[in-house]
Amino acid sequence: MELLGNLWIGAQTAFTLWNLFYCLLGCFLGTAIGVLPGLGPTATIAMLLPITFGLPPVSALIMLSGIYYGAQYGGSTTAILVNLPGESSSVVTALDGYQLARQGHAGRALAIAAIGSFFAGTVCTLLIALFAPPLAEVALKFGPAEYFSLMVLGLVASIVLASGSLLHALGMIVLGLLLGLVGTDVNSGTARYSFGIPELADGISFVTVAMGIFGLGEIIANLAHEQTRSVMMKKVTGLMPTWADLKLTFPAMVRGTSLGAVLGILPGGGAMLASFSAYALEKKVSKNSANFGKGAIEGVAAPEAANNAGSQTSFIPMLTLGIPSNPVMALMIGAMIIQGIQPGPSVMTEQPALFWGIVVSMWVGNVMLLILNLPLIGLWVKMIAVPYHYLFPAILVFCAIGTFSLSNSTFDVYLMAVFGLLGYIFHKFGCEPAPMMLGFILGPMMEEFLRRALLLSKGDPMILVTRPISAVMLGLAVVLLIMVLTPALRKKREEAFAEEAD
Amino acid sequence: MIRNQKDFGAGILYIVLGAIGWYIARDYGMGQASRMGPGYFPTVLSVLLIAFGVAAVIRSFVGKEGEKVGNFNWKGVLYICGAVALFGLLLIPAGLIIALIVLSIVSAAASHYFKFEWKAVGALFILVVFCALVFAKGLGVPMPLLGTWFGG
Repeated sequence: MELLGNLWIGAQTAFTLWNLFYCLLGCFLGTAIGVLPGLGPTATIAMLLPITFGLPPVSALIMLSGIYYGAQYGGSTTAILVNLPGESSSVVTALDGYQLARQGHAGRALAIAAIGSFFAGTVCTLLIALFAPPLAEVALKFGPAEYFSLMVLGLVASIVLASGSLLHALGMIVLGLLLGLVGTDVNSGTARYSFGIPELADGISFVTVAMGIFGLGEIIANLAHEQTRSVMMKKVTGLMPTWADLKLTFPAMVRGTSLGAVLGILPGGGAMLASFSAYALEKKVSKNSANFGKGAIEGVAAPEAANNAGSQTSFIPMLTLGIPSNPVMALMIGAMIIQGIQPGPSVMTEQPALFWGIVVSMWVGNVMLLILNLPLIGLWVKMIAVPYHYLFPAILVFCAIGTFSLSNSTFDVYLMAVFGLLGYIFHKFGCEPAPMMLGFILGPMMEEFLRRALLLSKGDPMILVTRPISAVMLGLAVVLLIMVLTPALRKKREEAFAEEAD
Repeated sequence: MIRNQKDFGAGILYIVLGAIGWYIARDYGMGQASRMGPGYFPTVLSVLLIAFGVAAVIRSFVGKEGEKVGNFNWKGVLYICGAVALFGLLLIPAGLIIALIVLSIVSAAASHYFKFEWKAVGALFILVVFCALVFAKGLGVPMPLLGTWFGG
């Protein structure tokens, strides 16, 4: 069995003492920062990214993956205990989870959330191991035309999946594409939008933008409506799930996992849409749907499974194609480049130990989270209880040192302050920053691939439609765009998001 | 009348940024489709951004009534962004220790709950020691603990 052989290669990498340690450290740090309200996974990873610079590539990526699911897991804990979802994908977990906590069942909710996440994580790690190799094989045949069309399809899909206004999703993507162009043009050597500043000629670092917008911008927004909050539970008990609960929630976990796995591969709001639609689906099919919103345990299991499934499968396009499907994956790609790895389909064939090591460590990380989180819940409760006015100056300190350490330049620190302001303005005007981040990372890649494609075809844009794979992808993009613009479907989409917002 | 302030604001933001993008990109060569110049992509994107901006502004007048933008948190912007900029200014001349203290205190002043507390002083002390040990010593980020002002 090739699969077993591959997993064996991965296990040899993932189960070394140091990599186990970095995986544990990543999960621990990710959860610790993830439980802090108002800090989502993107800001957490951006903040902690500099710590991994000195590590060997495999360990760095293992630790970053650990931080990612740790942060997501921490977000759910906060959602259940204080009704303050740290990130958009745990909003729905708060609906029933917080009700359960109020009724004194916080332990049950946390345990089911942990088990749901673990179940989804295990299934999706297997999915990655099964589907990544054939996908990478196809991707190796891709030329510049295919890559360009794939990115167009990805951006269009992220528009469809973005919550809120279509127009703003489009606007933010274009703005991101434009921002991505800052720096020296590879082909002509022209420094674009550099305003004569040498630091800008190297381009803007993705990490700086992410910390500015998701870190600083969020802090300013949070400070506008500052309030003290109280933690429901001083002591959480009943962490061992009962058979009845497991039997009740197992179908919900399966449904959530399948929905999340599919949506996670898609670019844009994958993980968020996954948890929203899993909740909606569960509410429809469940026998006690009247209880939803009042503390139904299935209402915790389904979105948590979907959420973790989505975050797991979002690794697939990143690992096999080198294309990020969300801002977190863009940070991962950034980390790979810093480590001297060119992301893309060749990673799997050229560095099997790295690739399979990461895949196996995902499962290890999920086991660790399950073991780590339930006994440590007391510590997390204490972390949540730290008042925000103590917390945010510390977050700023880590952001400032982190940005500085990217290229040891204070210029990045100033730039982060500018993006903090911009992030707050976006927040005020209701512009989603996630599509912008996607555009930002894809912009330079798209330009490069389009130029190369047209160079190969001697300027004939027909190359994009005469190559079959490219034509299919562009066709899909057009169909999606038409679908989303059709009045009837548009209304349906708005209704879907409105229902979720309730 | 503006019916949707958020759309209007975002639209103006797109138009302004698009216009700046287009204006600067005029100097870059457009090239042809077979050999795109450095100005090709930026110009196309800037024009698109302006178009979306115009659409958003139009929609803000004729579209559905939207939420109001509400008060702009000037104090937050000033203290948070200012504190980070001060950190950048002070890091090399004054050194990490002073830059961190300034960053923490100035940013903390953005909160309603900002007041002198021994607990906060203790937390700040721990934070500074932690950062100095982990980042400057442990991870070797080249930041002087005491800067050039102190002969560091």
